[in-house]
Amino acid sequence: MREKRLKTGSDFTWRDIKVGNIVTEVGNAALRRTGDWRSQRPIIDKEKCNKCGLCWLYCPDAAIKPLEDGYYERNLFYCKGCGTCAKVCPREAITMIEEEEQ
Amino acid sequence: MSKRVGLEASHAAAEAARMADVDIIAAYPITPQTHIPERLAEMVADGELNAAYMPVESEHSAMSACLGAAAVGARTFTATGGPGLEYMHNVLYVASSMRLPVIMTVANRALSAPLSIWGDHSDAMGSRDTGWIQVFCQNSQEAFDMTLWAFRVGEDSRVLFPVMVHLDGFHLTHVTEPVILPEQEEVDRFLPRFHYPFALDPDKPMTHGAFGPPDIYFEAKIAQEIALRKSKAVIIQGFDEFGDIFGRYYHPIEPYKTEGAKTLLLTMGSFSETAKIAIDIKRNEGESVGLINLRLWRPFPLEELRQVVKNVEILIVFDRCISFGGPGGPVSSEIRAALYNQKERPRVVSIIGSLGGRDMSVKDFEYIIDRGREVAKKDSQELYETVGIRGEVTDIRGLK
Repeated sequence: MREKRLKTGSDFTWRDIKVGNIVTEVGNAALRRTGDWRSQRPIIDKEKCNKCGLCWLYCPDAAIKPLEDGYYERNLFYCKGCGTCAKVCPREAITMIEEEEQ
Repeated sequence: MSKRVGLEASHAAAEAARMADVDIIAAYPITPQTHIPERLAEMVADGELNAAYMPVESEHSAMSACLGAAAVGARTFTATGGPGLEYMHNVLYVASSMRLPVIMTVANRALSAPLSIWGDHSDAMGSRDTGWIQVFCQNSQEAFDMTLWAFRVGEDSRVLFPVMVHLDGFHLTHVTEPVILPEQEEVDRFLPRFHYPFALDPDKPMTHGAFGPPDIYFEAKIAQEIALRKSKAVIIQGFDEFGDIFGRYYHPIEPYKTEGAKTLLLTMGSFSETAKIAIDIKRNEGESVGLINLRLWRPFPLEELRQVVKNVEILIVFDRCISFGGPGGPVSSEIRAALYNQKERPRVVSIIGSLGGRDMSVKDFEYIIDRGREVAKKDSQELYETVGIRGEVTDIRGLK
């Protein structure tokens, strides 16, 4: 697979803008770190988790990733700290902590 | 063989859209534009034009539908005027920023209140920063010619900008004049099929209309600005190619009897023809006056303007719009700014008149010329002068 890289920061000038701001490489939003404005982050307690998958199902941004062993992990590259996963978890296995606390 | 027929300017614009074989027309009727979409709807219904006519519920929807049509590579046409143009205002920016060459006739109309269906340039001036190419027409022939030309230039892969073709409401839209209509073969030679290089296609997915956070928006706007300025070369090339095929040559700035003239009058649109008669009279009386017809409003023809006013002492700019609380009529303010850093520049006199469709006679233009020279000579500090208003207008000074 072709390596995708986002040209960002000082090396991206107005000359790099495509006509009409058209994005010809679809799916490159995945390359953007969209989790950087998070004020809280989820902590998953594997001891309490029963692998029901509700956190994964409800996450509005696909920031919960299923693992091969059936458990789930958070993806902080995209996670915006909305807390939906913590709210829907029937085992209270997910808690939200302030970013400053970690 | 081309043929000479009597056509209303509105119908001339519609005829140009027909001969350009447009694919989609999405328009909402508004006086004084109505005859254009009416005629096109008739053509589609009668099978004279193979196009989709979308009777949308508003101007905002009209322009939005046009964006979608242009984004799939359709040749797209619409028309509006006055409040209709204002109602689609925010979508105008989207069209130019997404580089979708929608072609639109604007039947210039005043803005309420008081409610007025008659013409002036308030709507055109309100759209001047939307990133569209804007041209003004003097007569029915030009309504046809500029509409055809707009497709040629707007759709050029080096341009890809939407174009507004301005017709003065009623003074031009409802006037029937002889128009020379070309053969279809000539039109086809001038105007190739539209090939939008980024047409939406399920087989080649891409993103139109992406989000632009603060770290990218400014770059996007500068890229658009440079592209619009660069399009002037193609605009001029388009005028030349038009002239080579149809025999009528147009220019961003059209001087009339400017040779050796110390005073120039600058007008736009159909009023230029009336003003030319005033110039003829003044010239016959031995006065050193000429006229500039400003055809291309955006991108503004800075170099051409500076060239033509080089040895001019007084430049009188006629505006059909008030910039409330501003430094003068919008056209004259821009022209002052365009000339300000020049070592030698004429004194620019701003004159505002003919708002809301008030007639301007030849005598009125003679008055403008006399008045312009008078206030220039006495170094008047009034921001602008008026023509045809009842009651003395005072206290519009830059100083005090």
